[in-house]
Amino acid sequence: MSVATIEKPPLEAFAEQLAEKKAEQKEKLVIFAWSGELDKVWPTLILATTGAAMGKETTVFFTFWGLFPLVKNNVRITGENWMQKMLSLMNRGGDTHLKLSKMNFAGAGPAMMMHLAKEHHVASPDELLTMAKEMGVRLVPCQMTMDLLGLKREDLIDGLDEPAGATMALAEAQGAITLFI
Amino acid sequence: MSITIAMSLNLKGMSCPLPIIKTAKAMKELTSGQLLEVFATDPGSVPDFKAWARATGNPLVETGEEAGVFHFVLKKKEEGALT
Repeated sequence: MSVATIEKPPLEAFAEQLAEKKAEQKEKLVIFAWSGELDKVWPTLILATTGAAMGKETTVFFTFWGLFPLVKNNVRITGENWMQKMLSLMNRGGDTHLKLSKMNFAGAGPAMMMHLAKEHHVASPDELLTMAKEMGVRLVPCQMTMDLLGLKREDLIDGLDEPAGATMALAEAQGAITLFI
Repeated sequence: MSITIAMSLNLKGMSCPLPIIKTAKAMKELTSGQLLEVFATDPGSVPDFKAWARATGNPLVETGEEAGVFHFVLKKKEEGALT
């Protein structure tokens, strides 16, 4: 009778393999940017650029109201039908037209906020967005919301990733730090 | 023995997250073992630089403060080093 012996890899080899695997795997940060308001878009971009600066593979998935900050600042009306057009009229897109969720005061609030930011040398959302692109942060617009809101690829700023769906976003979020803002 | 600084960054006046972002960018231009010196005035940069050094594996070899200016010296990590 012969007994098959299973040869176990030596522990050291195993540890080495683990270490190699760990070195290959970059830490990931995935942010679901759902809000289009200045007071939420701002920290989203601060965290995204910081994540990239920390060497994390960073992805921001822009969905629902979060898509409007990605509209080009000079694009005024978007959408195909009157409802989508009305929406863009009421909720202007672009990273320099963001509103505050509190104390907006018809735009006076954000203007004061930007003034304070300048005084304190805090980078503005549009500056942070440019930095994020330079640093290789993946900016992914949600295809479904683009269709829903009538936003076309040419309405959105350059340097974005191909529009994708929730599955891609969740697959990317596997094993990542995830934030929903 | 005097230490040679490969690059010096003046980030005085800048607020979070700019000091870290500028530092990360500058660090990419250095080679392993080279030193990067940073001057900043944001008090939040003290814990941020410690955390960044730990998270990226680039050791913070010197810190200091003089008249409200924080001073950091970071060493670019060895290639292939585990973070």
